[in-house]
Amino acid sequence: MAKFDTTGAIDCDVHPPSPRRADLLPYLDDYWKEIVTTREVDVLEMNSFPERTLPYMRPDWKVNGGDPLEAMQKNLLDPLKLDLAILNVVSGAHALFDPYLSAAICRATNDWLIDKWLNRDSRLRASMLVPFQNVEAAVEEIERLADDKRFVQILTLSATELPLGRRIYWPIYEAAEKHGLQLGIHAGSNYRNAPSHSGFHSFLIEDHLAHTQGFATQIASLISEGVFTKYPQLKAVAIESGVTWVPPLMWRMSKDWRGARIEVPWVKDAPADIIRRHVRMTTQPFDLPDDPAEVPKALDHLLSDEMLLFSSDYPHWNFEGLDVLPEGIPDATLAKLLRDNILAAYPRLGG
Amino acid sequence: MTSAQAEVKARPKREASRHVVARVDEIAEGKSKLVNVEGRAIAIFNVKGEYLAIANRCPHEGADLCRGSVVPLIESDTPGVVRLSRHGELVRCPWHGWEFDLRTGKSWCDPSRTRVKSYDVKVERGAALVEGPYQTEVYKISVEDEYLVLEL
Ligand code: FES
Repeated sequence: MAKFDTTGAIDCDVHPPSPRRADLLPYLDDYWKEIVTTREVDVLEMNSFPERTLPYMRPDWKVNGGDPLEAMQKNLLDPLKLDLAILNVVSGAHALFDPYLSAAICRATNDWLIDKWLNRDSRLRASMLVPFQNVEAAVEEIERLADDKRFVQILTLSATELPLGRRIYWPIYEAAEKHGLQLGIHAGSNYRNAPSHSGFHSFLIEDHLAHTQGFATQIASLISEGVFTKYPQLKAVAIESGVTWVPPLMWRMSKDWRGARIEVPWVKDAPADIIRRHVRMTTQPFDLPDDPAEVPKALDHLLSDEMLLFSSDYPHWNFEGLDVLPEGIPDATLAKLLRDNILAAYPRLGG
Repeated sequence: MTSAQAEVKARPKREASRHVVARVDEIAEGKSKLVNVEGRAIAIFNVKGEYLAIANRCPHEGADLCRGSVVPLIESDTPGVVRLSRHGELVRCPWHGWEFDLRTGKSWCDPSRTRVKSYDVKVERGAALVEGPYQTEVYKISVEDEYLVLEL
């Protein structure tokens, strides 16, 4: 018996296994078939997101050769009685250097998502992969799939080649905003840069922590470069980001803005307000105080009950059974984050 | 509301006092002068011949606003496209750069909560001043000169 009633909820972070070469071949043209075969492009797994290693995969959710969609239905969609779930493929497509290969892999992955997932369960929605390495192709891909409302956002990483606010990416945001697609930022690095501000670290736990700075850097960049000024409908959804680092970012950036704003006068409101309007975080994994009684206090600092979006992070091992949310979240917050906040954040879910 | 409550709410009335604080030629255009009136440190700025006065102490961490740069208002609606207006009507705190509107004392970034008091300053001829009732300890008023008179 689940502790929370998730009936009708929308899950904002569900991972299908990232497709391998054999999965993608039907969606690649002859040239790219040739390339991925000759060049042995097969396991498109991120170093920062290795799927086959513990503790990512929950052992009782292992697919073991079966149909991963059926497993997802049985493990997640049915028992939690979810209304909708958004599929996020965090894949090597985000990291490939070849701008044309990355475009081809993004296209093929999106077509695979449509064919093998979206078309087979009407509860599924997805993040569109677009090659940030090739801005023109990214825009083309958005335009190619814009009519398919099941894609609700485009997906990128918390640590990228350049800070996400840079003007070079603006055509992507322009196309996304035009079609009501949001910007999903998933924890992960393509290791174009060292993951921490002091270079490469030694251990996994450090890597996990570095993503907090990664997310903060991306959000600061989107605000400072004026992306939300230029594209006011755009929202950035931090996925697998944790939550409690956000209030200190709001405090710090709003404070520094007072003295440094003349350099970025297009940042017209305190960054904390901009973050409350434009940034959302998914709920799993959740970095909250040990004592559930402290949880409301931690969340109060956001000064908004609209920022949290429910997610299970399936099939990652963040919880046992169906205890998909941590204890201590106030009922009123819970009531909003399971569904209403998500519908408000993603216009394409509405219709 | 009972009349007793109304009495409690009303601010204690205080006679406005007027203080001669400087000769006009003491503050060049774009410059400021720190004065002390009844124990209050007040920064007076010459903004294109107009004299604007605010409390000198920055509400952030207490820097002297009289030592800040006098700056225009910088605004933008589009990244990379900037417009300047109200030249010289803001002061930027010398310590951490918060901007204050010299006309209102309000900070640009948090006008409702972060503000300094602003004061009325008038230019008066010495001839008018000798008749009082003005307070001045510092100046020998000369009928020919012009003075800044601050109302507290
Ligand atoms: S003391 Fe004035 S801005 Fe900090």
